[in-house]
Amino acid sequence: MTRPRLPAWFVLLLPAFIVLAAVVLIPLLLSLYSSFTSYRLTRPETLYNWIGTFNYEKAVQSAHFWSAFGRTVLLLTIALNLEMLLGLGLALLVNQVTYGQRLLRTIMMFPMMFSPLLVGFQFKFIFNDNVGLVNNALQSLGLTNVAIPWLVDGQLAFISILVAEMWSSTSVFAILILAGLFAVPRDPIEAAKVDGCTPWQSFRHITLPYIMPFIYIALAIRSLDVARAYDIVQIMTNGGPARRTELIWTLIGRTGYVDAKMGYANAMGYISIFLAIAFTIYFFRKLNAARAELGMGG
Amino acid sequence: MNDARLHRLRARSLKLLQLAALFIAMSIICLPGLWVVLNSFRPTVEIMAKPPVWIPQELNLDHYRAMFGDLGEGGVPVMRYFTNSLIISVTSTVIAILVGMAGGYAFARYQFKGKAAIFIGLMLTRAVPGVALSLPLFIVMARTGLIDTHIGLILVYVSLNVPFTIWLIDGFFRQVPVELAEAAEIDGCTRWQAFWKVEFPVARAGVASAGIFAFLTSWNEYALASQLTRSTFSKTMPVGLRDFTSEFTINWGGMCALAVLMIIPALILTFLVQKHLIAGLTFGGVKG
Repeated sequence: MTRPRLPAWFVLLLPAFIVLAAVVLIPLLLSLYSSFTSYRLTRPETLYNWIGTFNYEKAVQSAHFWSAFGRTVLLLTIALNLEMLLGLGLALLVNQVTYGQRLLRTIMMFPMMFSPLLVGFQFKFIFNDNVGLVNNALQSLGLTNVAIPWLVDGQLAFISILVAEMWSSTSVFAILILAGLFAVPRDPIEAAKVDGCTPWQSFRHITLPYIMPFIYIALAIRSLDVARAYDIVQIMTNGGPARRTELIWTLIGRTGYVDAKMGYANAMGYISIFLAIAFTIYFFRKLNAARAELGMGG
Repeated sequence: MNDARLHRLRARSLKLLQLAALFIAMSIICLPGLWVVLNSFRPTVEIMAKPPVWIPQELNLDHYRAMFGDLGEGGVPVMRYFTNSLIISVTSTVIAILVGMAGGYAFARYQFKGKAAIFIGLMLTRAVPGVALSLPLFIVMARTGLIDTHIGLILVYVSLNVPFTIWLIDGFFRQVPVELAEAAEIDGCTRWQAFWKVEFPVARAGVASAGIFAFLTSWNEYALASQLTRSTFSKTMPVGLRDFTSEFTINWGGMCALAVLMIIPALILTFLVQKHLIAGLTFGGVKG
């Protein structure tokens, strides 16, 4: 008696399934379980102390949690939109250049090589109120003579983090959108010109629909990795001072490792996972819709 | 006549405006990185000087010397971190590529039920924030004794990279015409031979760029590494960067020196594959 043969595609995907199950799925099931317990890292026996949805209720009722959650969504929304617009602008600029474009493209990839952690340190240095590049420049230019507390004031710190995040990710958008611009056919644009369209009209009605899938690819890729911002924030402010730049991820990290309240941290972790998944699925659906519009679906 | 001149003037000023905008954008992209490189060669006194010293008066290799120097004198076990990073990144990349090649080939060449759902499912594993994943991983690894080992981190990075390598490699195999492999099979190759002798060489550049992408992810990863490594035995370079920070002060110069050491391999590798990387992401995505 021979065993039924597994289909080839399944065999080929099996290693991926196994690795992902071992490193992602099983730990996530464990964290799902522990989010219903009062598990504390310092007292292993608490792992078996079932407390139901207490942790979730605690998170939902916590003002700290909601302010961190709101700030995370705000940061992501602003960052992704601005990155997309700036990336589009940059791609259009570079697309106009005919000479030395290869070099420009290479320069554009520069921030992509930087570890997010490094970006964090770099901008912590640049926004340092005492020796940072920004304050030094402002003071040398005579624009101000006080040390602006970029990383201490809540709102300024938010802006600083936004700048760091945008610096590290705008080029991803620019490069993918540029690749989209290369793929736009010339004929319709020339036809539109002959028919008397303004440059704006031909951009809006011909170029933009063509590059929409590329924009959504960039958004989908970015949304897979939105939590990269954690590294940056953790280094620049670590959620402080006094929780003024707390994001959901720094809150989770601190609750889990510093306060050792693993159960509670895992409950919040689950909420953050659903947030990330919501962003990802949203952009993948948009990508599919944009593809279908161009007749590339299937 | 006058109209034409006006038109020419407008076109020219528009061109100038464009160049200016481009120049500003490129400066913003380059400056923060170049500043780090510059500061790695400047003495700490000059970095901290108030009022600031804009034109470097003195450039030397002190920070690099200190970094490679003995532990007591501000040195960090940088060679250890470098080899740890290298071992972990290279091994996890090789495994991720093999796993990703199998998976990508399956998506590119086979039709099966629930393909789109499986694909999205694989991608979603990547969307799990590192810090949320690190909590349970920390518990599991502490129990199994994998914490603070190379193997533990390698395993984690393989799973981190697999979804993305599958996406990229899928895109590259799609560009290889099916007829090519079919022709080889008609000529007497097995499917296995057809893959290695015909399809793989065509998609090789794409696979290489997926590999470099995976390498960079492992090389730069921090959120997980910071929790799953404890000692110099397994600490990677991003975690090592924290050695330059203490409670209230940061040794900026030293940190910049290590940062430069971290960027150089990434820089070389990215330049090598930039073309293929863009092609892979966009073709995989648009035609997917």
